[in-house]
Amino acid sequence: MKFENERKQILRMSGVDPKKCMKCGKCSASCPSYDEMEYHPHQFVYMVDKGDIGPLLESESLYKCLSCFACIERCPRGVEPAKLVEAVRLLAVRKQGQNHMTADDVPGMLDEELPQQAIVSAFRKYTK
Amino acid sequence: MQRIGVFVCHCGTNIAGTVDVVAVADALRLEPGVVVSEEYQYMCSEAGQNKIKDAIKANGLTGIVVCSCSPRMHEATFRKTAAAAGINPYMVEIANIREQVSWIHKDKAEGTEKAIILGRAAIAKVHLNAPLHAGESPVTKRALVIGGGIAGIQTALDIAEAGFPVDIVEKNPTIGGKMTQIDKTFPTLDCAACILTPKMVDCAQNENIRIFAYSEVEAVSGFVGNFTAKIRKKARYVDEVKCTGCGLCTEKCPQKKIPNEFNLGMDNRRAVYIPFAQAVPKIATIDAEHCTMLKTGKCGVCSKVCTAGAIDYKQTDTIIEEQYGAIVVATGYNPINLDKFDEFAYSQSPDVVTSLEFERLTNAAGPTAGTLLRPSDGKHPHTLVFVQCVGSRCDAGAEKGKQYCSKICCMYTAKHAMLVREKYPDTEVYVFYIDVRTPGKNFDEFYRRAVEEYGVHYIKGMVGKVVPEADGTLTVQASDLIANEQLKISADMVVLAAAIEPDKSARPLATMLTASMDTNDFFTEAHPKLRPVESPTAGIFLSGACQGPKDIPETVSQASAAAAKVIGLLAKNSLKGNPCVASSNEAMCNGCSSCERVCPYGAISYEDKEFRMPDRTTQIRRVASVNPAVCQGCGACTVACPSGAMDLRGFTNRQIMAEVDAICR
Amino acid sequence: MSMNENKEFRPLIVAFCCNWCSYAGADLAGTNRASYPADVKIIRVPCSCRVNPTFILRAFQRGADGVIMCGCHPGDCHYTSGNYYARRRMTMMFSMLDYLGIEKGRTRVEWVSAAEGAKFAATMNEFVETVTALGPNKRLEDLRCKEN
Repeated sequence: MKFENERKQILRMSGVDPKKCMKCGKCSASCPSYDEMEYHPHQFVYMVDKGDIGPLLESESLYKCLSCFACIERCPRGVEPAKLVEAVRLLAVRKQGQNHMTADDVPGMLDEELPQQAIVSAFRKYTK
Repeated sequence: MQRIGVFVCHCGTNIAGTVDVVAVADALRLEPGVVVSEEYQYMCSEAGQNKIKDAIKANGLTGIVVCSCSPRMHEATFRKTAAAAGINPYMVEIANIREQVSWIHKDKAEGTEKAIILGRAAIAKVHLNAPLHAGESPVTKRALVIGGGIAGIQTALDIAEAGFPVDIVEKNPTIGGKMTQIDKTFPTLDCAACILTPKMVDCAQNENIRIFAYSEVEAVSGFVGNFTAKIRKKARYVDEVKCTGCGLCTEKCPQKKIPNEFNLGMDNRRAVYIPFAQAVPKIATIDAEHCTMLKTGKCGVCSKVCTAGAIDYKQTDTIIEEQYGAIVVATGYNPINLDKFDEFAYSQSPDVVTSLEFERLTNAAGPTAGTLLRPSDGKHPHTLVFVQCVGSRCDAGAEKGKQYCSKICCMYTAKHAMLVREKYPDTEVYVFYIDVRTPGKNFDEFYRRAVEEYGVHYIKGMVGKVVPEADGTLTVQASDLIANEQLKISADMVVLAAAIEPDKSARPLATMLTASMDTNDFFTEAHPKLRPVESPTAGIFLSGACQGPKDIPETVSQASAAAAKVIGLLAKNSLKGNPCVASSNEAMCNGCSSCERVCPYGAISYEDKEFRMPDRTTQIRRVASVNPAVCQGCGACTVACPSGAMDLRGFTNRQIMAEVDAICR
Repeated sequence: MSMNENKEFRPLIVAFCCNWCSYAGADLAGTNRASYPADVKIIRVPCSCRVNPTFILRAFQRGADGVIMCGCHPGDCHYTSGNYYARRRMTMMFSMLDYLGIEKGRTRVEWVSAAEGAKFAATMNEFVETVTALGPNKRLEDLRCKEN
């Protein structure tokens, strides 16, 4: 498998077992930024499991996930798709060799239009 | 000295594959007392058994060791073989060289060595075996069925048909169970009441059946063939003999606002009530919790209107004690509580209902008289969304939901969807599914009809959330996995196919019956494939959904199967007991009562006995004696006995010591 | 004792299993092909409460390196309360053995149900590992019992 190493790394970082997924799609049904995403939560689970990680690393969807964790909360099988998305995102960041943003950058980017959830999720994402 | 025959089974390649069976037979031939040692392909086959029989006759064997599969599998088989050849069946010992050797060890040398050691242990035990004879105990020819749903009804009817008396104990005021609440049944769509109520009436009219409705089993003691049950008949405050079931009291009772359990709280009943028109027994019951007369002593309307004079405010619970030969558990199921699934807004909106509530909303005897109306505003819904697997098939680590598939939901959802489309063609019906599971006769055809003929929209995907909107509609956000889209459907009603779980009364009952349960509180069967309607505890049988999720056809077939097993038991005049029971050596017993205190069955009693002493005097001593019909052979007393007088036949101290020695040689 | 000697050493383990739960659990381990070392030899007893502490002493005396007793889970005993008796007896017995110099690791009580084949195998693997690490039982072994 071409991305076998990446796959293992993602699974280790996230602690997620995509094999537990029963493909019900409840994660994608719960996702508030579904329409923004090219690849949806259930696809993340499926594609990581298959080792089809290349397109995910390139996709904007990584940064569209709000980290609201609705999918984690609702998943009947305890798969935790958001953690997987986050792991893929971290991998993409690491591959680029640096963090694109530090927690210190966040306050400067705030504006009044920004939903509160985005701030919460920004901290969830960028304070690693 | 015993003359022992050793028989090593190949079990095809199951044993011979990892154990050198010839080497085992050769090694065991050298053991003291062994006169024959043979191996054969399948010892349990007729040819294999004949080999044993021939060897017994040819060599005058007194003890048999079979090195084969687990004694739990074929001990009984080989005991019968020995008995057929004229030696006591309890002179047979099994060395388990399949489950404990060949199936778990890959190294052939290691496996062979262990098989030889296990064989030696069995030989050492057989040397000390003594012929045992089973005692007999009579069978009480009466059965108890706990639970009066379709499972209990079918079991009781079948047993009664065979001529044995049966008692049904039902905790609700009427028998009938969940099936009375169901509108139509899949896959034929005939009405549940039309097929169930005649059976309920049959129960009431069958002279072999007694119905204890509004009653619960309080205590059970005894053993197979000889159970004693205490049944609490709860006070109805209505004389069962006098009440004619006219229902006048239920119309006049001033307490009108009590949620009606029969319609799942979607309408109200009075404090004195008959659950539904076809109730059996059709007797009114006063709900003591809500009756003004019973609470404050002021009212008495029902007693005034009752022309039969059946109302009795002074009635109390009564305890009935009865003997039974067999007990059938038919405690059934309930839909799970959906409080933790707040994403579906079940507790926020009355228009989100469970499937069982939906049954009542489409039933002619339901709160809407059979017209499908939204519970919130009584209007006709135009868009319905059905959600499957709510709480079923969840992860073991999840805080909510069940791990198992509830089995019946796919079919009843197809039924609901089909019925709605048939009655109200102007409605749009969506069914969100993960998998549609329809194994069963005419089941898949039924589901395909819902899709192809009735135009139900089946969408592969799950509902993520249901949001009640200000205009009274429900926004259903769901995924369509095939189209890879997220859908937002504005629905008028949402129906949740809630997982089903065993009734809460099952767990305490299992403790009472010492019948085992699995982690989900379903009763365990004696064998998952070969003994599916018996509990591992002798004399306890399982019927219906108490053993696992089941639809009606399956429940009825299991109920009849359980009845067949009960009939087989009750047809016997006596049962051969287990001869492996405790016995006390009176010469050694010092009368300390230690054994009596630890015995869980009360099988040990003390009596004064006269003993002739060596010096020709007589002495009266208090010694233990075991009732072999009551003793179950656990051996607790043998260890408690300080003088070593108590021993367990078939597992004597010397036998187990010999096994230890053989293993540690 | 050096590491090499330890590797050579294969312990002798006697396992007492109750007929209803643990023996069935062991059967299930077999059916599921869940392997555990051949050092474990199982003796079937009707109930864990049938295990007389003297059997355990005898096993150690004859050179067993570890003794494990398996019964039904508390509350699930086929005979209602046998495993409670066993639990109390073994607590006393094992603390006495500990006093006699038989390390706690050589004795164990484990509840294994008929459905827990995997647990049975895992328990045996773990127990054999513990006993192997402890080395041969010298303390109670009675050399007079040995042939030759």
